[in-house]
Order: sequence, then structure tokens, then C-alpha cells
Amino acid sequence: MTGPDGKAPNFDDTLTREHARVLVAKMVLIRRFEEKCAELYSTGLIRGFLHLYVGEEANAVGVMEALGPADAIVATYREHGHALARGVSAGAIMAEMFGKVEGTSRGRGGSMHIFDAATKFYGGNAIVGGGLPLAVGLALADKMQGHNNITCCFFGEGAAAEGEFHESLNLAALWKLPVLFVCENNLYAMGTALERSESQTEIYRHAQSYNVPSEVVDGMDVLAVEAAARRACDKIRKEGGPYFLENKTYRFRAHSMFDAELYREKTEVEEWKTRGPIVSFLDKVKSEGLLADHDIENIEQEVAAEVAEAVSFAERGEFEPIGDLARDVYTPEAEAAP
Amino acid sequence: MNGPVEMTYREAVRQALQDALRRDDRVFLMGEDVGRYGGAYACSKGLQEEFGEDRVRDTPLAESGFTGAGIGAALGGMRPIVEIMTVNFSLLAIDQIVNNAATIRHMSGGQFSVPLVIRMATGGGLQLAAQHSHSLEVWYAHVPGVRVVSPATVADARGMLWTALECPDPVIMFEPATLYNMKEAIPADAGAVDIDRAKVRREGTDISLITYGGCLPKVTMAAEHLASRGILCEVVDLRSLRPLDDEVIVGSVVKTHRALIIDEGWRSGSLAAEISSRIMEQAFYELDAPVERLCSAEVPIPYARHLEEAALPQTEDVIQSVLKIVGAS
Repeated sequence: MTGPDGKAPNFDDTLTREHARVLVAKMVLIRRFEEKCAELYSTGLIRGFLHLYVGEEANAVGVMEALGPADAIVATYREHGHALARGVSAGAIMAEMFGKVEGTSRGRGGSMHIFDAATKFYGGNAIVGGGLPLAVGLALADKMQGHNNITCCFFGEGAAAEGEFHESLNLAALWKLPVLFVCENNLYAMGTALERSESQTEIYRHAQSYNVPSEVVDGMDVLAVEAAARRACDKIRKEGGPYFLENKTYRFRAHSMFDAELYREKTEVEEWKTRGPIVSFLDKVKSEGLLADHDIENIEQEVAAEVAEAVSFAERGEFEPIGDLARDVYTPEAEAAP
Repeated sequence: MNGPVEMTYREAVRQALQDALRRDDRVFLMGEDVGRYGGAYACSKGLQEEFGEDRVRDTPLAESGFTGAGIGAALGGMRPIVEIMTVNFSLLAIDQIVNNAATIRHMSGGQFSVPLVIRMATGGGLQLAAQHSHSLEVWYAHVPGVRVVSPATVADARGMLWTALECPDPVIMFEPATLYNMKEAIPADAGAVDIDRAKVRREGTDISLITYGGCLPKVTMAAEHLASRGILCEVVDLRSLRPLDDEVIVGSVVKTHRALIIDEGWRSGSLAAEISSRIMEQAFYELDAPVERLCSAEVPIPYARHLEEAALPQTEDVIQSVLKIVGAS
């Protein structure tokens, strides 16, 4: 059984130094980028809601490894990590949060609405569950046009309480659509713990009830996520129907910058941090001799330079003239090709 | 050869759907019971036989899910037509319409457009009571990022759909349920019509009767009656509810100096309120009388025939309102 790129779907045993380096570099980029965002938020350069992905990096990084350039992504309001892992420019994401015209959405979206046509990144959706029907439709369009693409939809476990989650799983299963559903179960819907909001706390069982094949994945283990995503994509491309991953993960920081974290114990957070996706993967690759301390130091330096350049790009950007306020509400007639 | 043919509004909608499905492989129709059943109002009868189950696609009862899927499919290169049985049911999909369809172009900085048509029945008059009879067009007309139209004639029912499908942005099309059986003659080769201009359906000099959708036939009948009494009403059919065609609306009022707006929505926060405001802003000094509104009574539309009739604007109400305005000025 091989994935679309010929790699064995479960390739833990064959992890190469080069691949280990790629995974570390992406996870570290997300981590450092998010830390920089928090810092810039406290200085006031970033405003609005800011939701950080710290602790959950293995999910976006592992899943994106299994997707190709023609596949589509639908993400949530905690999507900087997904965008970065997908290859959206860090500078354009940062400029978006600065409200600059050089931002991914010309400053119209902010942190929660990163869109990028070049990488088929369909947002940054800030209505919990709202992205799932879009993913179903994108997959329907691919299927009707005979494309063998996958639409990958990320959402949190909180979405499982929304009707759109159930409607979308049913539609994707009923119409055998190529959707990879990735539930990032970080145990809290904002501040409401899973067992306080769901009668069924094993989210993948919902997928089972719609006859969607599913797996529970350790979302703190990037190799486990990548392997599961490759199995999922392989099955979707061969058989056409949807697949569901429930990734057990944890966010290390507050829900947003306004969250005082009154709903969980500090000891719980500290316990999860010991299983952090970066620290645990580094332990593994170092103990296996794939990467040495100086390799990791090099990665940190490259990432620091990329994040610094992203901030500089955002700072150098321009604010859109207010005269352009109403642009992009409707398509200008000149662009309106039938 | 292209002589007029008489057909129902329903048949015109069906032909428009058929025409669109024949013209463009990217077009498909989806909604509850559009396929095997032939449409709740029989607008898609026979289309699944002609175009197959993929392109005339029955959906589960999941308005939010399939409307969102229509938005996604539009993003993915298709030209979907989503049918929602009635405007009341569209409230289950309003999240997708308002939070996604209307915002994605703007929120993505112009990178993505949503070329989607959403059709739904609207309005009362069929004794379907308070969960199938409301006129909530103004809720959608309030929202930047969507276009809202309502064909009130058979020719518009035949011609608006193709133009809407060519529009790169989402178009919501309201079909008044009372009009499906209405018959009018249209040219045999009737085709696409614009979807952004209001039309003067009847010329007059004494008062402008501004209306749209299911009220148009009632208003036209009132105008005919009033003409026999020497009062010449100009009847303006809005056709497009967003954007509103200020030029035609104000142009008519400048000519007649009086305006009555007939709108099946409730008066508070109505489309009629918006139009009245625009007339005040743009033609205040042209007015010989206060702008008046005739709207539905502020009750959930009731079932019993006499109560429903009393709740909705009727031909006789239009006549009485006009007599009052003209007499008072």
C-alpha cells in the first residue's frame, strides 16, 4: 500500500534525516511564528481575536505532508499553523494580521481569515462547523469534474456539537465524496470541556455512525499523524469516499488573547507540555541519530530569520486607501467572465 | 414563428432550469425533492430523467449542509443552483448564506468568488400558515455581498436564471409561491433578461405604485381599476431587491409626485421602509404627499383564509390607499 507519491503510508521505520528535518523545521516555524504573534499582540500591532496553535503543530504538519498541490484545504480560525504548513507565505500571513494590503486577504480578514488561492487554502472560517459544508462542496465539484483531488477539512471537537458537522458527514458519506475530515480534539471548546458538552466524547464514533472510516490518532506525534493521513488519502484516492481522523491534541496557550484560563488546571497543561509534539519528536530523532543538536540549532536560526523577515515584510507594508473600502464586495464587471 | 406562447410561471422556471442545464456542464441543481419528486412546486419535473441524478441532485433535509455544499462547489468551479423549498426553511441555511456566500470574496481580498444561485419560494396566499408563508426577502437584501432578485412575471421567471448564473457573485432568487400557476404569454424564443434594473410595468402620471414579486398582479389589477376612475397609476416592478434601482424608482416619483410602496414583508424594518427613505433622501421636494406603505399585518401569517387575506396586502387595500393619497394631496 503506497500513497500518491509512492511513499509507504506507514513509514515510521524508514524516516530519513531529510524528512525529519522538514518536519522539525515546519513545526518549529509554526511555534516561533505563534510566539511572535503573541508578542506583537501585546504591543498592539496585531488586534482582534488571535488564536494560537502552540502545542497542536503536529496535526497541520503531519496532515499536509500527505496532501498534494491540487488538493484543497478548509481550516478554522486557529489556522496560522495550517497556512504555514501548507506553504502560504509567512510574510503575507503576518501582513494580514497587521491589516496591511500585502496581507493574504488585503487586510480584510485578519488572523481568523487567511485565504490563499495559490495553495488552494480556502480560509480561515470563524463559524464553528461552518467550513465543513464548504469542504463537502469543494469535494463535490472535484468529483463532478472528474478530478482525483482531496479536500481536507480541519475543525475542533467543538464542531461535533453543531448540526453542520452531522449534515456534512452524512452528505460526504452519502455522495462518496473525497473529503479528509480532521478533527483536532484539543479537549476544550473555548472553555467548555468535552465531557461537559458532548454526550459522546469519542468523536470518531460519530463518523462511524455515518459509515465514514475513521481512526483515532495521537495528535502530539507528527509521524503518527502523517502516517494516518497517508493511509486516509490513499484510501480516499482509491475508493473515493470520505475519511475521518480524530487527532487527540492539546493547546498549550489560552483559547485567545482574552482567555484567563479559569477552566483548566495548570498541572494539566504542564503534563501535556511534557508530551509536546516538538520536544518528543526531537527526542526521537536525536536518539536515533537522525539530527544532532547543531542541526536543530541551524533550524532555529533559519526559522528565526524567516519570522523576522515576515515581521519586517508586514511592517514595510501599506494600509489600503480608505477609498478602496468597498472593493471585493462584488466582482467588478470587467472580471465577470461568464 | 416567434409568436407569443402562453405558459405558467412554473413552466417558465422549469424551462429556464432545463435551458441552463443544457447550456453549461458546470450547472447542476440540488435541493430537497428536486429530482425524483420533481420539485416541491413541480418546477423541476422531468429534469432528473433528462440530466441524471448527478446534475439534478436530491439532497437530505439539511439546508445548511447542502447550501454550504453549493458554496463550496461554486468555489470549486461549478455553477450550482441550490433550491430551498421556502424562505422559512432558508433560515436553517442563513449561516452559510450570510457568513460564507456573502463574505468570502471580501474576506479573501478578492481571491475567491462564489458564483452560486439560490432559489426559493416565498410569500403567503396559499393557506400554508406561519412556517411556510413569510416574506423575508429583506433579511437577505440587507446583506452586502449577495444580489437578491424576485421575478414577478413569466418572462422574468424564464429569463432571470441564466443571467444570475452568469453572475460571478451569489444571487438569491425569490419565487412567489402564488405566482407558479399564473399564465402569461411570452415570445417562444424568450431568453435572458437583466437582473439589476427595475421596470415600469404600467405608465401613469398620478402616483407611483412601487412593488415586487407576488404583489405585482394585485397592484396591476388595482391600477386597472383606478384607471377606470380616472386615476393613472405608474406601476414599478423592482425586480432586483439588492441592489435597488434608485434611478427608476426616483425617476417615477419625480414624474408622479406621489408614492405608495406595496411590500408583502412586515412593515417594521421592511424593504418598503428602505425605499421610502431613499425617496425622501433623493426626491423630497418633488413630493406632493407623504410616501405611504402597504405591508403585511404584523402577525405570523395565519392559516384561515379570511385571516390570511386580512394579513396580506390586497388589491382593494391598494385602491383605498391610492384614493386616500390622491384625495388628500
